[in-house]
Amino acid sequence: MAQVLVVTSGKGGVGKTTSTAALGAALARGGDKVVVVDFDVGLRNLDLVLGAERRVVFDLINVIHGVAKLPQALIRDKRLENLFLLPASQTRDKDALTDDGVANVIAELRRKFDWIICDSPAGIERGATLAMRHADAAIIVTNPEVSSVRDSDRIIGLLDSKTAKAERGERVEKHLLITRYHPGRAARGEMLSIDDVLEILSTPLLGIIPESEEVLRASNVGTPVTLNNALSAPARAYFDAARRLKGEEIPMLVPSESRGIFNKLFGRKAA
Amino acid sequence: MSSVVCQRQSLMFRARSYMAFAFTPQPPIVDWLKDLDAALERSKGFFADRPVALDLSAVQLSPSAITHLIANLEERNIRVLGIEGSAGIEGQARLPPLLRNGRGTQSFELPKPSSAAAAPAVVNPPPPPKPQPTSLLIEEPVRSGQSVVFIEGDITVLGSVGSGAEIVAGGSIHVYGALRGRAIAGAAGNPRARIFCHRVEAELLAIDCYYKTVDDIDDSLRRRPAQIWLEGGTVKISAMN
Repeated sequence: MAQVLVVTSGKGGVGKTTSTAALGAALARGGDKVVVVDFDVGLRNLDLVLGAERRVVFDLINVIHGVAKLPQALIRDKRLENLFLLPASQTRDKDALTDDGVANVIAELRRKFDWIICDSPAGIERGATLAMRHADAAIIVTNPEVSSVRDSDRIIGLLDSKTAKAERGERVEKHLLITRYHPGRAARGEMLSIDDVLEILSTPLLGIIPESEEVLRASNVGTPVTLNNALSAPARAYFDAARRLKGEEIPMLVPSESRGIFNKLFGRKAA
Repeated sequence: MSSVVCQRQSLMFRARSYMAFAFTPQPPIVDWLKDLDAALERSKGFFADRPVALDLSAVQLSPSAITHLIANLEERNIRVLGIEGSAGIEGQARLPPLLRNGRGTQSFELPKPSSAAAAPAVVNPPPPPKPQPTSLLIEEPVRSGQSVVFIEGDITVLGSVGSGAEIVAGGSIHVYGALRGRAIAGAAGNPRARIFCHRVEAELLAIDCYYKTVDDIDDSLRRRPAQIWLEGGTVKISAMN
């Protein structure tokens, strides 16, 4: 059965788009049929991270307004044949999204795909609430710092009140994805620890993605980090998170500083 | 150099509930205004000095459309003091504030012109209130941005109260997790109300109308189980273990 996921955070710049692309690619590599949907109308990025920016002809808004059919707007990834992108419009804004239009698009995607991953814009306004509206489950992306954690807390509250599932009296399943985790800075108390974040948000943990240059390197070449260097620390963490999403029990590894130094030495030697 | 000795006076904030007339416009608004005119024909000026709240749950209006509707009502001598049932107008400075948790009483007919002239403002008194529960139990964490208001009595929260969340109780507040947001107990004017929490990291603690902010909480008390009460106009806090 199709699963609609929303990747959301409240705060901007925490890694929603990176995580959407990385998890989408990881799930697609496992053989599932995946579509990633960019809800950041007006400030789209997902096309760039997937390296599909030059192939965008029609977008989500065109489909909602009936200018194009859904299959015309879906872009198939060049590396993975079962990964698709539904891009956002760059020239419009979030007001162009309509409640019915989004509902129809999600319903049609549910018939075609195993996973529908909605990349939410930052904020708690129309774009973000429509992105989460039809979600079965949510991935809350959080950096281990206070402002990001508080914004995530706010988003979790909205997931429990503003989604279609919540209005039917059901619960949106929630997963916490901690990104940009730096073990050294956490050990020195410059960052919240994993335990602090979990204690504040009381939400089950899906994965811990370590801070890494690999993420920037991958996005610069328009490739999800899980495809660019599948053996890098962030890619492995995303692959584990994707397997947990599918219900597998995988032990959670908290990246440690000694491991980080080892990786750095290793990385240098390889380069 | 002179220094002003500033005795920190606690500001008084009290919540109070009032009766207001709730108008519920139905689409199309133009027809609803016509119906309103027809009703007002019989008793012009009835609403001139009365508080009116606008319940917009039956219609979907943009902020500018709401402004337009309010102007239309003002032309009819009806002044809108608050808006209900329209999410997303918060922060619109030009609009009246958003009201929540309104409770309906019985509806009434506009008085006939003769009776209106003779005996103005005889509104049916509200029905005798049913006995209501005096405590509210919340089993979930209260998240940032959420506000729980229960003027009728105590609030018990089994989870934590997040930073930026708000609990307002007429009675006492009990939090079995960490209290990181704002807790306002005795909001209806009850100085005997108290706040109990498993871990105090609150942004604001208030009882009756006296408050303490996070800076006023001694470091030795933070992150510990605590009890907060009011004594002689001062908010006191003590550890519970």
